[in-house]
Parts: sequence; C-alpha cells; structure tokens
Amino acid sequence: MTPEADHRGRPGPSTGDAGAPQVTVDGVAVTARTGQTVAGLLVSAGRTSWRSTRGGGRPRGLFCGIGVCFDCLVEVNGVPDVRACQRLVADGDDIRTAPRPRPAAPGGPAGDGTRTGEA
Amino acid sequence: MARLIAVVGAGPAGMAAALAAADAGAEVVLVDAAPRVGGQYHRQPPPGLADQHAGPGFARLEAELAGHPRVRHLAETVVWALEPRPGGHRLHLRTGPADSPHRTARVLDPAALVLATGAHDRALPFPGWDLPGVVTAGAAQALAKGQRVAVGRRVLLAGTGPFLFPVAQSLIEVGAHLVGVLEANRVGATAAGWLARPAALLAGRAKLPELAGYLGLLARHRIAYRTGHAVLAAHGTDRVEAVTTARLTRDWRVVPGSARRIAVDAVCVGFGFTPQLELAVAAGCDLDATGTCVRVDIAQATSTPGVFAAGELTGVGGADLAAAEGRVAGASAARHLGLAVPVPRAALRQVRAGRGFAAALAGAYPVRPGWRSWLTEDTLVCRCEEVSYGALCQAVRQRAALGGRVLRLTSRVGLGPCQGRICGRNAAELAEALLCRADQRPPLTPAASARRPIAAPIRLGELATTPTEPSEHGFASTDPTDRSEA
Ligand SMILES: Cc1cc2nc3c(=O)[nH]c(=O)nc-3n(C[C@H](O)[C@H](O)[C@H](O)COP(=O)(O)OP(=O)(O)OC[C@H]3O[C@@H](n4cnc5c(N)ncnc54)[C@H](O)[C@@H]3O)c2cc1C
Ligand code: FES
Ligand code: FES
Repeated sequence: MTPEADHRGRPGPSTGDAGAPQVTVDGVAVTARTGQTVAGLLVSAGRTSWRSTRGGGRPRGLFCGIGVCFDCLVEVNGVPDVRACQRLVADGDDIRTAPRPRPAAPGGPAGDGTRTGEA
Repeated sequence: MARLIAVVGAGPAGMAAALAAADAGAEVVLVDAAPRVGGQYHRQPPPGLADQHAGPGFARLEAELAGHPRVRHLAETVVWALEPRPGGHRLHLRTGPADSPHRTARVLDPAALVLATGAHDRALPFPGWDLPGVVTAGAAQALAKGQRVAVGRRVLLAGTGPFLFPVAQSLIEVGAHLVGVLEANRVGATAAGWLARPAALLAGRAKLPELAGYLGLLARHRIAYRTGHAVLAAHGTDRVEAVTTARLTRDWRVVPGSARRIAVDAVCVGFGFTPQLELAVAAGCDLDATGTCVRVDIAQATSTPGVFAAGELTGVGGADLAAAEGRVAGASAARHLGLAVPVPRAALRQVRAGRGFAAALAGAYPVRPGWRSWLTEDTLVCRCEEVSYGALCQAVRQRAALGGRVLRLTSRVGLGPCQGRICGRNAAELAEALLCRADQRPPLTPAASARRPIAAPIRLGELATTPTEPSEHGFASTDPTDRSEA
C-alpha cells in the first residue's frame, strides 16, 4: 500500500509526538497535540459550543462527531464552514469560532423555544 | 484500467474487501475520508495521542494492507460524487485536509466497485436535543477512541441497542462519570425479540460473554443500566445542564408520574444506525424493503452490475459481519473482472450466521413509535434549517401527500447542509404518522431522501478544477501548486 502524501506541509499522523502543532483559537495561542481534530482541541479546552445558528441564534458544537451533521462548523485560516470534527489541527492554524450573538431570535422558524427552560 | 477495483470506505468491511480482491489478483484502490484505515470500529487515536488500544487483529490487518503490492490506500480522500459511464461508474475524489479548498482532485474509472461506506448514528428528536452537550453516542465514542477526550464530566448515555455498551466502556476509560445507561426497550420486549428467532440467538452465542463482560463492567463501576427508560428532555440555556428521564411503556410512551430530573453536563443518544446510502443510490442500487439498506444477493452484488456492497450499508450487524461481507464482496468484485477466485465458503457461512444475528438484534432493539409523543410543538425536527415539529405538522397538513420534494420545499425540512442525513428518517416517520391519521399516503421515503448528488461536501471554487479524464492508472488529477493553507 502506498499512502498518498498529497497534503504535505502539515504533520501527518505518522510523525509521532514531536512538533506538537502551535495554533491560535480566536487569537489565543494554544499548543495542540499531533493528530487532534479541531473539535477534539475545543472540547478538551472545555468548549461545548462554538457557533450559533443563522435562524434562531442557537448555540452549536459537536453533535454527530463523524462529519455528517454540519453542526460543528468553524473557520480555519480564513476559510469558513470547516467541520471541526473532521479537520485535523495543523501547525500554524488560525482557528476562529463564531461570536455568539445573543438572540432576540425573531426570524427563527421555531423561535427560541426549543430550550426547555432553565436548569 | 481493466483490473482496477475501487473500494470506498476502509472500515472492517472495506479493509476485508480490499484484501480479498487484491489477493485474487486485482489492483485495488481503497478510498477513505479518514487519515487512517479502520473505520468506526477500529478507530485509533493518532500516534501523537498516546495510549493505543489497537487490538492485535487490527494491527495485523493494517500491516497486511500496507504491505500489499496491489493495494493503494488513498487516505483523507472523499468520494464526493459518482456518475455512470459506459460500462461502469466514475468516481470523483478529493484528497487533503477536510473541507479545505486546496484539495487534490481526481477521477477514477474502476472496472468494479465495492461500496463499504458504513453508517451513522440515528438520533431521535426530543425537546432540547439541539443544546450543546447533547451528542450522538457515536460522537462520544469517536471522541473517546479517536481523541482520548471525554465529551463531559457527568454523562448520561441513552438510546437503544447493544452499541451503548462499548460507548459506556470508552466513556469510563477516558474518565467520564457515567450517571447511567438508559435502554429504551424493555427487557421483556427484548427477550421476546430474541425468542422469536432462537436459531439467530444461537448464532449470536459468541456475543454473550462479551455482553456479560459489559454488564460486569457497569456493575463494578456502580453504573445503573435501566431498561425501559429514556431521556425525554434536555434543559439549559447555552448548554445542557440537566435532563428529564422517564420510564417508558412497551411502545415508548411515557409512564405518567415516572419523570425524574438529573444534573448532567453531557448526554449521548443513539437509536441504532442509518446507512450512508448516497453513493449506492447514485449508482442506481436497489434498496431493501425497509428502504434504509442496500439490497445485495448472496455474493454481495447489488442490483447494479459491477457494484458490490458490504458492511453496515447492507444492514446493521456489527464489525464481524461487516468484515465477512467484505471478504465476499472483494472476491465477487474480482470475479466480475474475470479473475479466477475460489468460492469464499467460510466467509459465506459467517455472513449467513451473522445476518441471522443481525435480524434478531433488529427485532430486539427496534425504534418504537411512542418516541413521537416526546416532541412538543417547538422541538426542532430539522436541526440545520431549524424547522420545528409544529411547522412540520403545518406543512404536512397543508400539502398533504404531494410527494417528498414538496414537503421539503414547503417546510425546508432536509434542505440544510446535512442534506437530511440527520432529520430525513425522523421527518419521514413523523409525516407518515400525521398522514396516516389523515388517511393519506406517506410523502417521503428514506430512499427519496438519500438521493444526494453530492455525497460529501465540496466547495464551489473546487468544482472549477475537476479533471475530466483518468490517466493510465485509471486516475486523473489536478495538481494544485499550493496546497498549504497556513
Ligand atoms: C461513530 C460510530 C462509532 C462506532 N463505534 C463502534 C465501536 O466502538 N464498536 C462497535 O462494535 N461498533 C461501533 N460502531 C458500529 C460500526 O459502524 C460497525 O461495527 C462497523 O464499524 C461497521 O463497519 P463498516 O465497514 O460497515 O463501516 P465503517 O466502519 O463505518 O466504515 C465506513 C468508512 O467509510 C468511509 N466513507 C463513507 N463515505 C465515504 C465517502 N463518500 N468517501 C470516502 N470515505 C467514505 C468512512 O470514513 C468510514 O471510515 C460505530 C458506529 C459509528 C457511526
Ligand atoms: S459534529 Fe457532525 S459534522 Fe462535526
Ligand atoms: S437536520 Fe435537516 S437538513 Fe440537516
């Protein structure tokens, strides 16, 4: 088997522990671990949500974990809509989570009522 | 190229298919979106994240694939579209970091195709299921196995089926405090499902020690495993802070007075699996009677000549069955190319036994109709487009039975970025129930909702660089000069 090395320029999964990727999350410098996904990095930093929906301004983070649901979108190096659960962190990545506009939630088809109240 | 077989998906099914086909003399290209082979079952933490849990069986498989002169593995490569061409199909591939605009494009014209694209968790909607901290059981599993991270500190696991057990084990291993495991089906109902198929139970005998092991693990950690229970609602403002659980009747309606509130910071839900059908549907493969799986014959051949399918795509039955089906599919694909291949008798036997076991599983852990009573008017049915149950009801009533597309267009259910993968099946069942009440025909079949010309996300800008002709190895590619994004 000859694994393709099309995506050089970032640590592949076989480079071991050396050279842990240095990245920024919303401008803050963070040392990631080789092989970590952006979602893995965010969740281990204690984040549960990192964007909000267009309609109702609902917070969203990880949901399916395998690239199917598109809940976990982040911006990486200026490119929006990158699935955080699928994207491996690479050295130098500039990761931006979406600011969280607290909803007046007018246009949302379901209003903001899905959250079933306080805890 | 005459002897080229493409295998899409490198889980247990695809790995086995690639080896079987290559051993029979075919040239194999094994394509998977992930950086490593293994699929969902053999998901490995990358070397940078220590604490490898690779079983010896997997290590051997991975080494065998890596050393095989006729297997070429395309890692981090998605098949984003499949189109018919004279005498076969053309696959459109992209290689590179997920969702990057700088991926390498290729097309591949294999002489035979094995689809082993697996499945994803089915999540049922309930009030608050879109709060952050509510994830699928598979997400918790992928995060634990692949990233060595627990999805939360106080975690509740709920849903149905034996998949909850390995997820519980992984959560314990990564240090989560598991406050309980809720199985929605009742023991009595489950046992009846098993007893309806004694032969299958016998076939699944090998699984019993495994099951006993899981129950022992939960007991040692004093984790309650409650059957006939489910999460009815998740509460919180910016994230889940508590859940309401309740006892269920046999058909999953709530037993009055049984609701309890539990503080948690994560909830994992899994109600079985939904096969990833889009490439099979694009290849014109017939689905089975349930409309959720690809129909295959004893040789794993689909209704489309030259296209074979294996693994969860053809029915959910676990990794061993997936691997056995893969061996059969790989051999059949090689035979389709005219290679002399001995009949894979052992694998065929395993498939037969495994299918019986899978049918028994499906009978024991069905999704029962009472889940629809958990929804409130404002529960989101479609997460992407934020369509509530109330809005869906209204759309169904207005446009009764005019067909799936119409329903989608009037309510926007299924029109979001996931293309209905998360909401399609649930919305179809909800709409069907509403229409049955109104005495009309169901509007949306799963097959209709799996018709997705774009099987994996691709950026508009990337479409401009799509190669049109494959080169000698059945390949064509664009060669972007700058692939780094930093
Ligand atoms: C998130 C998740 C975790 C699971 N964990 C376990 C577990 O720990 N234990 C267990 O017993 N069972 C687990 N399962 C059940 C599991 O699906 C089966 O046991 C087994 O992995 C099925 O094997 P498969 O080969 O059919 O599919 P999979 O293992 O799912 O493999 C399918 C592969 O196809 C690839 N693929 C799909 N579409 C494309 C495309 N268009 N282009 C490129 N590649 C593609 C995927 O990347 C994936 O690697 C899990 C399921 C899920 C969804
Ligand atoms: S969590 Fe579903 S796509 Fe990432
Ligand atoms: S959840 Fe409905 S389209 Fe994604």
